[in-house]
Amino acid sequence: MGLVLLCVIWLITLASTYFFVAKTWWLPAGASAAAAGIDHQFAVTFWIMGIVFVAAQMALGYLVYKYRDGAHAGHSDYSHGNTKLEIIWTTLTVILFVGLNLIGSPIWAAERFRPAVDDATRVEVTGMQFAWYFRYPGPDGKFGATRPELEDPSSGGEAALGLDSKDPASKDDIVTGIMEVPVNREVEVILRAHDVIHSFFVPQMRFKQDAVPGLAIHMHFTPTETGSYEIACAELCGLGHYKMHGILKVVTQNEFDQWIKEHEADKQ
Amino acid sequence: MATFTPTVPTHRTAPSRGNRNNLPPIESGGDDGRPDSGSPDHSVRLRRARLGLLVALTPILMLFVSFTSAYIVRQGLPTFDPGSNTVVHDWLPIPLPNALFLMNTVILLVSSVTVEVARRRLARRVALEPVESIPGVSLGTETEFPWLGVTIVLGMGFLTGQFLAWRSLEARGFFVATGPSSSFVYLLTGVHAIHLLGGVLALLVAGSTVILRRRVESRHIVVDVTAWYWHFMALLWIYILTLMELAH
Amino acid sequence: MVAQESHGHAAPQGFIRKYVFSLDHKVIGIQYYFLALTAVFVGIFLSLLMRIHLVWPGANLPLIGEIKPETYLALLTMHGTIMVFFVLTTAPQGGFGNYFLPIQIGAPDMAFPVLNMMSFWTTFLAYVVMLSAFFVVGGAPLHGWTGYAPMSALQSSGPGEGLGADLWITSIALFCIASLMGALNFITTTLDMRAKGMTLMRMPLTCWSWFITAILGLLAFGVLLSAGILLLMDRNMGTSFFLPLGTINGVLTGHKGGSPLLWQHLFWFFGHPEVYIAILPGMGVASQVLSTFARKPIFGYKAMVYAMLAIGLLGFMVWGHHMFMSGMSPYTAFAFSVMTMAIGVPSAIKTFNWLGTLWGARIRFQSPMLFAIGFVSLFVSGGLSGPFLAQPVLDIQLHDTYFVPAHFHLIMGVAAIFGIFAATYYWFPKMFGRLMSESLARWHFWFSFIGTYAIFMPMHYLGMAGHPRRYSSLGEVAYLRPLMPLQKFITYAAIITIAGQLIFLWNFFSSMRSGKKATDNPWEATTLEWTTATPPPHDNFGGHTPVVHNGPYEYGVPGAARDYVMQTDPATVAAH
Repeated sequence: MGLVLLCVIWLITLASTYFFVAKTWWLPAGASAAAAGIDHQFAVTFWIMGIVFVAAQMALGYLVYKYRDGAHAGHSDYSHGNTKLEIIWTTLTVILFVGLNLIGSPIWAAERFRPAVDDATRVEVTGMQFAWYFRYPGPDGKFGATRPELEDPSSGGEAALGLDSKDPASKDDIVTGIMEVPVNREVEVILRAHDVIHSFFVPQMRFKQDAVPGLAIHMHFTPTETGSYEIACAELCGLGHYKMHGILKVVTQNEFDQWIKEHEADKQ
Repeated sequence: MATFTPTVPTHRTAPSRGNRNNLPPIESGGDDGRPDSGSPDHSVRLRRARLGLLVALTPILMLFVSFTSAYIVRQGLPTFDPGSNTVVHDWLPIPLPNALFLMNTVILLVSSVTVEVARRRLARRVALEPVESIPGVSLGTETEFPWLGVTIVLGMGFLTGQFLAWRSLEARGFFVATGPSSSFVYLLTGVHAIHLLGGVLALLVAGSTVILRRRVESRHIVVDVTAWYWHFMALLWIYILTLMELAH
Repeated sequence: MVAQESHGHAAPQGFIRKYVFSLDHKVIGIQYYFLALTAVFVGIFLSLLMRIHLVWPGANLPLIGEIKPETYLALLTMHGTIMVFFVLTTAPQGGFGNYFLPIQIGAPDMAFPVLNMMSFWTTFLAYVVMLSAFFVVGGAPLHGWTGYAPMSALQSSGPGEGLGADLWITSIALFCIASLMGALNFITTTLDMRAKGMTLMRMPLTCWSWFITAILGLLAFGVLLSAGILLLMDRNMGTSFFLPLGTINGVLTGHKGGSPLLWQHLFWFFGHPEVYIAILPGMGVASQVLSTFARKPIFGYKAMVYAMLAIGLLGFMVWGHHMFMSGMSPYTAFAFSVMTMAIGVPSAIKTFNWLGTLWGARIRFQSPMLFAIGFVSLFVSGGLSGPFLAQPVLDIQLHDTYFVPAHFHLIMGVAAIFGIFAATYYWFPKMFGRLMSESLARWHFWFSFIGTYAIFMPMHYLGMAGHPRRYSSLGEVAYLRPLMPLQKFITYAAIITIAGQLIFLWNFFSSMRSGKKATDNPWEATTLEWTTATPPPHDNFGGHTPVVHNGPYEYGVPGAARDYVMQTDPATVAAH
């Protein structure tokens, strides 16, 4: 039985490790400025935890085989423990775990401790059951007021957001169902939700943030590659949670300016 | 700690084969105060009941700690007002029925005194219990029962007073959902009242132990534990009152 | 709480007093265990339906028909709730803890037997109320076991969020009260009823685990109860503790000013200690069983105790790691993440010590030991995904993906369950006087060990690829489609693993009736439950009061006649 346990534990360990190392299913290619740092921290954690995983499981398998009853004569090696060893491996573990966290902290700080830069592309992202809406402030750079009592999701667009047409700042706001941003420029997202908590998640951007009713959460990321990326809702929000997806299109600055112009023209 | 202690070879008992003969020697006393008869003595049972009460008070405390943290958070909570696109504070403390609250506080504190008198009288009685076995000596009739009765009346008085306080708030237009401040006032006083009602029921049980002529030791434990619970409820009330008043 | 007479009296007569409203902690323990047994099969059945629906969405199942999105979310919510509360917080503590804590410390019963009985029946009531949510208009709630507001606070956020959600909250509130009553008993009994010679540092690690678990419960369940009260008020009385200004389907909710994050803080302040409540008894059982079947003392008993205390204490300081993406301040997130990495340390210490126990051992591979070894392996696997999630910068990618269920299922949904299995195989002979079949046990072990790895390892890959949680259909988001083969693999593994659990059920019930009769100490173990008759008499020790002379894990003592020395044996003077 000891040998069988060893074999099964080692096989399971090797099989799972194989798929991790081979990256058969892995993080999608990063397309944002933060991806490099995040992926590096992920890799460091992955290798360290991976080595610990393999070592621990192999040790377990080995021990249950080596010290099976009958393999050695007499009673077990009577011992209540070894304080020195305890201190050593405890200290190493503390250094490893806390150290790992501290290495990754500057990346977290860079992403979250500072507000967006002044010339970031600003987009207000609003989640509601079960769609994402995106609002651009237009040439005046100001988001117009919205009022909950004006919200009418069935009409889509500006009505869904409850845009208050009486507010002059709202006249040039552009509301779309697709999020388009220029590449290599920081994007400031202002996350809002109308009804329940949703979460804005774009895996390739290494970006996720909950959209909470009652809050306007300011976050930022910088896309570095053009393309079309799926936005998935990452917080259970009701029946349509699985189909509350959107599209993030990262385009060149020229294409973005063109797109904005077209939308502004539509508003005239 | 690696400790290898060589065994001292002594007479060893035969390997256990699951029969009664091999059980360890019977010892009297023991750590848990169990004499040979198997029942723990009174002081042990009292200690155990008090320990149980202390443990039981912890989650009640946690419940109110949790309400307090929600209260403090809510007081300071800025909320996004989409109409003005700004962040506002909307905590408006409601005027409290202070006269009623003050009267109820006095009632509760007096009831704490009365239940404490009952507790001490019964404690003295239990301590002197062995004296009753001396022929011709008597400790007289029950003296704690009326004090328990007064406490129950005062407790019900407090609850009635709280009910009147709620009616007073409603008369001025402050209901449970009127605003955050009123929600918390009803919540804190309401949950406290429920727990106090539990205390009143415990006092009724304590009173019934007298009527049903339970042994004085059992009565003592019930009254003792209930009295401490009652004091805790009084302290809790003072805390809640202070918390609500400080909002102003 | 009427003062208790402890066993100066005779055992109760009559079916009702003996088996229904029994005050005997052993009967109550078995009642809890059977409650958990029914709950786990309900929970497993729900997850089976979930797995089938995910990969064969249009399937028309017999008796059930097609599973609609709202049904899936209700299954998901109830699966999590039933498993966490009525299995993992019931069987290890209410079941085995109730049965064996008094015996292992040499007491005749729990401190407050009437309260003990009431705590079981309140749990039972909570269970009935929980299940009733399935059968009311709208059905069971959809909001997940975590019940985030506003979704859980708005009756119109989905079907099942009406009466179903109110029943769900009520059930949980009842469960809180029942658990608090139980915790009271565990703590008072451990502190006040240990037999002579049973110092705290001579208690078996199972007793320590039940004691610390009870303290965690004592401090945590009150907060959950408070959250439940506030939620019921928001739902039914128009208050706005958790509800901000908002609309749902274009209609104003009528609330304003509340904070959805407040629910998360209150819930997770309870929720994090809760997961330690779920795993600590399993750790205690693992230590107990590993030592017994390794024929060697547990490596580093004191360190094991301190590690469990550290886990308990730190467990109250890490709740924010469930909220890194919630909108909470990133500075606060940093603080929580440091604490979370810290709590990995005592768990690591325990793992080293379990391995240390096996070093130089003489391992006997009977069924309890297989599950204890499995526990260690699964705990390592599940635990090591923790440091990924503990770092907020990585949690950005992994939060609310399948990586999270991979992590917590391996620890709670498998390792803790293996702890329950190990305890069952270990103590079945003592409880029922018969041995379970070893060969059936081995089949059960292999199905479970290999099967659960096959189910939950792949979920890590899904999470890394960005697969979100709680999706009732996988056909909409395009980047999920290539991951379907992996989902299918998981479902097949689940079906096979679940089938293997029937082996356990069969073994359990047939052994109870016709298993080989067990001696008083079939495993040659040292702790007090093995000194008394099988099953133990009403007052546990047949009128005797045990006196303890030794520590709990004196196996392989040099110079002793046998390779084990019982705790009550005065013959050997050991280090403790």
